[in-house]
Amino acid sequence: MALVLFGSLLGSIGAAFLKAGAVALTRHWTSLAYNWKLLLGVTMYLLSSVFFIMGIARGELSVLYPMVSLGYICTLAWSRIFFHERITSTKLAGVGLILAGIIMMNLGSR
Amino acid sequence: MTSVTTLTPSAAELHLASRKRQSLIIVICCTVIGAAAQVLLKLGAESLAHPSLLQAAIGIFTNPYLFFGYACYGIFAALLVVALRHGELSLLYPVIALNYAWVSILSVVIFHEHMNALKIAGVSVIILGVAVLGRNGSKA
Repeated sequence: MALVLFGSLLGSIGAAFLKAGAVALTRHWTSLAYNWKLLLGVTMYLLSSVFFIMGIARGELSVLYPMVSLGYICTLAWSRIFFHERITSTKLAGVGLILAGIIMMNLGSR
Repeated sequence: MTSVTTLTPSAAELHLASRKRQSLIIVICCTVIGAAAQVLLKLGAESLAHPSLLQAAIGIFTNPYLFFGYACYGIFAALLVVALRHGELSLLYPVIALNYAWVSILSVVIFHEHMNALKIAGVSVIILGVAVLGRNGSKA
């Protein structure tokens, strides 16, 4: 469980860094070369998949989806805290439906 | 009420709305590529029995499934960054869940996995959730 949990958290933090790096991009190439946030985001995203592969290979598949769901909720939190995005009721409904769908798929694959 | 809100959106608002819609479409394309990546990664993960962190990392370069899987992930990440420049993280990140819908459809096609009613319902609910987010995203 620890591997998949860590992978999920890393993935959501990675996505936040990707966003921060993407906003800093301009047409000039130096904005890509010196973009440490983008690099960190990509690295974290990549590492999260390595943790997922390891977790799945060690039989953590049953906790994969619940942990992934946690990643989505964390991402909503990062969006609000760091990018001051509005968490509207429509967004919550959408995310709620997506999470419900993920859980249903998880139950269906048992 | 003394203030009157205009019903016709300004050019700037329309521009922002089209940017948001573009971001959403890019992310939906992303999920198709991401699904291909995950199928390749699954094939790769199956060929490595119980990998250590190092073995899994080396496998990215030596295992063709993992290599092309990560190549797809590279394209996925690049497209995601393009979308995130103008889109909201809180809106676009959940849309990535569409991956699961594509993966489960691909699993039936490629791995001949069984699709039961609960899985089909799950896929439908995810697509519904993305549609709800899409309505939110096309608003300025």
